[in-house]
Amino acid sequence: MESIDVLMLCPMISYLEQELQRRYNVLKLWTAPEKSQFIKDHSATIRAIVGDGGHGADAEMIEALPRLEILSSNSVGVDKIDLKKCREKGIRVTYTPDVLNDEVADLAIGLILAVLRRLCASDRYVRSGKWKKGDFKLTTKFTGKTVGIIGLGRIGMAIAKRAEAFNCPICYFSRTEKPDTKYKYYPSVLELASNCQILVVACSLTAESRHIVNREVMNALGPKGVLINIGRGPHVDEPELVSALVEGRLGGAGLDVYEHEPEVPEELFSLENVVLLPHVGTATVETRKAMADLVVGNLEAHFSNKPLLTPLV
Amino acid sequence: MDSITVLMTSPMSDYLENQLKDRFNLVKLWTYSSKTDFFKHNSHSIRAIVGNTKIGADAELIDSLPELEIVSSYSVGLDKIDLRKCQEKGIRVTNTPDVLTDDVADVAMGLMLAVVRRVCECDRFVRRGLWPKGDFRLTNKFSGMQVGIVGLGRIGSAIAKRAEAFGCPISYYSRSEKPETNYKYFSNIIDLAVNCQILVVACALTEETHHIVNREVIDALGPEGILINIGRGSHIDEPELVSALLEGRLGGAGLDVFENEPEVPEQLFGLENVVLMPHVGSDTVETTDAMADLVIKNLEAHFLKKPLLTPVV
Repeated sequence: MESIDVLMLCPMISYLEQELQRRYNVLKLWTAPEKSQFIKDHSATIRAIVGDGGHGADAEMIEALPRLEILSSNSVGVDKIDLKKCREKGIRVTYTPDVLNDEVADLAIGLILAVLRRLCASDRYVRSGKWKKGDFKLTTKFTGKTVGIIGLGRIGMAIAKRAEAFNCPICYFSRTEKPDTKYKYYPSVLELASNCQILVVACSLTAESRHIVNREVMNALGPKGVLINIGRGPHVDEPELVSALVEGRLGGAGLDVYEHEPEVPEELFSLENVVLLPHVGTATVETRKAMADLVVGNLEAHFSNKPLLTPLV
Repeated sequence: MDSITVLMTSPMSDYLENQLKDRFNLVKLWTYSSKTDFFKHNSHSIRAIVGNTKIGADAELIDSLPELEIVSSYSVGLDKIDLRKCQEKGIRVTNTPDVLTDDVADVAMGLMLAVVRRVCECDRFVRRGLWPKGDFRLTNKFSGMQVGIVGLGRIGSAIAKRAEAFGCPISYYSRSEKPETNYKYFSNIIDLAVNCQILVVACALTEETHHIVNREVIDALGPEGILINIGRGSHIDEPELVSALLEGRLGGAGLDVFENEPEVPEQLFGLENVVLMPHVGSDTVETTDAMADLVIKNLEAHFLKKPLLTPVV
């Protein structure tokens, strides 16, 4: 299959790059001095695109590649791909669900514990020598607190399973109620936020879920409430989040994603009641390898006319 | 009961202090400039001691208080109380089991997640503005890691329950095997350390468990292994721990306790693979109030000649 041209949109782990290069002719978009020219130069031969959570294909790019057959995304989030255009043109789209559920759920719980029990703030306290002068202040218990999950998909369910082991009552908001779970359903995010103490964003980013956590929701969560975002930055109205935290209208936040990564609002840097991570939800050796195997596996299946492993479109 | 004199050994909780003041004649050990001064004024009136993890009741103190009837410890750990002397003299001892189990187990989980997924290091990375320069590196996956617990008591079992929800196989070493659990038992701590990836110290501190985690155990855990201590600092040979971490013979550590609190070996401050907390395992508002209530209830029961709630001796 060495004659197949695959357009890679951004650098990824070397394991994935190597596996792609072994099988295909990989064209690295980020090395081009001028991206749209590069695409034009290769438009007659590119049959596949490999993107990730932050780099997809918009309508313009898809239109510029008449021989495009498949887009294999190294992510579970597909908000950067124009899925409608792909459907119109019969272009297949694959992604990497399931292999990363545990990872992201682990981090969600890690963020909850870090915010509620002030793990990072305590660690700073010890390293600065302050413990010699006095004890750290009291924090608040995690076990037993009500956890509200926005989006009870694969990741949301994995979070719920873990939180249950901490005796946390679970409630959720989802596009549709899930009658086969025992968790309490709320028909709106606002009601969910009013009835939980820890609100976790775990849904996919779509036009409907953009800024699903807005000022109203944050006020409902309240001065003792904690917001955890392991979804996408645009799920949360970021300027409103910053002012809610600075003004004390929101009790705390654990964030792995932001509206304009890698930019993070600097007003958050001095707050003790936030924990800030650089979008590392799936950033483990094991999971990135499993994701890469899926990306390559899907391409191989497509080009040997076999059923795709994890198709979305 | 305000004619009954109760000695509080060190500042531990404003709430507890007020509750004691309301009910008894409260004497505060730390307000005396010298031991002689203290003993001169109080040795014949003190009928109860409220101690904690810093200052309990050693032989000297017990021997100098002839009217002492009960030691009610604001802790579950009893290593600061001379239990044998209390037994000899018919002095009752109570502690605060159960009410703090969840909080300590939560911190153990928080430390595991924070060390494996580098939560505090990532938070520093973001706050130092390093993210725009490049992504954080990959860590290892937590879910599914083998967790070995030293001491499968209340706290050890609570940790096991939580870790199981992350798909972690559980093994343990304990004074006696617990056939009612389906966790894998090892009859010695070396075998446990060889067979797990994360070793958690959750047993009581006694003469037998002093330095139970020594150089040999640390080497058995190895360069990919992680040590979590939510027990007592003296469970671990601290200088050996420090050199193992500095030399890379141990993969990482999450520590809430140290041999000479509040002193923490400064060589640890420059390490990214450790998370350091200032003995805050049970330091939440909810739990400290519950602990204080238990101390008070035990004292009241004693002086009303009712059964003690949580007696140890």
